[in-house]
Amino acid sequence: MSDKMNKDQESDGVGRRSFLKCMAWAGTGLVWAMNAGVLTSCTLRPGARRKGKFSFVQISDSHIGFSKEPNQDVTRTFQEAVSRINALEDQPAFLIHTGDITDLSKPEQFDTATQVLKGAKVSQVYYIPGEHDVFLDDGKIYLERYGRGTQGNGWQSFDYEGVHFIGLINVLNLKKGAGTGLGGSGFGQLGQEQLEWLEKDVKGLSTSTPIVVFAHIPLWTVFPEWGWGTEDSAQALSYLKRFGSITVLNGHIHQILQKVEGNVTFHTARSTAFPQPAPGAAPAPGPITDVPADKLRGVLGLTDVTYIANDSPLAVVDSTLA
Amino acid sequence: MLNSLKRNIPLITMMSLLGLFLTACNRRPGTEDRQVPGNGNSDTQASAARAATPNSNMGMSNMDMSKPAPRDRNNVPTSAAKDQIVIENFSFKPATVTVKPGTTVTWVNRDNEPHTVSDSDKRFKSGAMDTDEHFSYTFAATGTYNYFCAIHPRMTGQIIVR
Repeated sequence: MSDKMNKDQESDGVGRRSFLKCMAWAGTGLVWAMNAGVLTSCTLRPGARRKGKFSFVQISDSHIGFSKEPNQDVTRTFQEAVSRINALEDQPAFLIHTGDITDLSKPEQFDTATQVLKGAKVSQVYYIPGEHDVFLDDGKIYLERYGRGTQGNGWQSFDYEGVHFIGLINVLNLKKGAGTGLGGSGFGQLGQEQLEWLEKDVKGLSTSTPIVVFAHIPLWTVFPEWGWGTEDSAQALSYLKRFGSITVLNGHIHQILQKVEGNVTFHTARSTAFPQPAPGAAPAPGPITDVPADKLRGVLGLTDVTYIANDSPLAVVDSTLA
Repeated sequence: MLNSLKRNIPLITMMSLLGLFLTACNRRPGTEDRQVPGNGNSDTQASAARAATPNSNMGMSNMDMSKPAPRDRNNVPTSAAKDQIVIENFSFKPATVTVKPGTTVTWVNRDNEPHTVSDSDKRFKSGAMDTDEHFSYTFAATGTYNYFCAIHPRMTGQIIVR
């Protein structure tokens, strides 16, 4: 994993490499902050948190209903994540769930997730689905529950304190494919209708508007062999290129990976349910099953994002449930 | 609510297993054929075969099955099923299977992750198959059936009926 990240960074220049050095584990979390693609600060104190204008928390891949190794009680670890959020000194403005809310799209699994999130002090939760939430019925149950106020098949955008947030869906109508090319390769896809909507959505915004995009499957090609990428993400990003600060938050791969490309910062979050192997580290991307019970919470977690001020970096802080 | 659910899980499990056991006892040789009558689609003969897993009564409740026959639960495949495809490490093994018309093919999921068996032309779709769960489909008409996992679309397979 670190090899891959190093490779990605090297092509971006020396600044990014030194930035990478700061991006190290420090107890319960890592803190990093970027300004226009250049590292501006690096704090490695465990639990450190920058005072900002506002913050929000990303949670992901709660997989409610999963009951096998290494986590037979994913509801409990999801509850623990909510408790962590409730314990934050500065309460986030809202939560974003980046999908795979449930394991098998069952109504009772959605019910449990809703029940757990009712325990959060923050009442506003934005959702986008993962493939586990929509594969049975092309997202019908999901949209009945979470579709209110969204566009098309559930995508959405909103503004908060001058930041433009965009929730994209790349898990609907997944096409079969075993090829190595991008077309039909089993990647996530956004689809033409959503892309057109996105283009219009950002049209009137000034380039100084900070953009935060959230979607389930990574919007960059993490590992094509496992379908960890989105077929038409390049087109989506082309509509965002002119903005000075773009933060892309994804889930799906149950581990933290980060990449900086121009003004775009990509970040994937941990799951609150179970970890998955680093790209290529196992024959298949299924759950890592042999995590000792006392180590499990060290590989689950959530992501806290702080917006400081106009033209300042978004600080992304990952913390585990340990 | 969660606690009471949790307390009930062993009970639900036992009930499910008992149900499957009784079902298995009721099976007579020669009842395996399953036709799905009256849907005007003679080559669509589908059945869900369930394995003895704790949540098997719930697992397929949302299945987008091709009109499952009421006697589906009589069709739990035997372990001796010869046209069986194993799902392992996110792949269908073997990926290509050639069968005669009328053959029932059974897929069994050995991964610690749910999968589906979904025909590219939407003639059959398994719903969620969790660990050790089965899905069967009888191929009446000759032709090539390409299928994939709707959760992990990189997983593909092919049934050739001739």
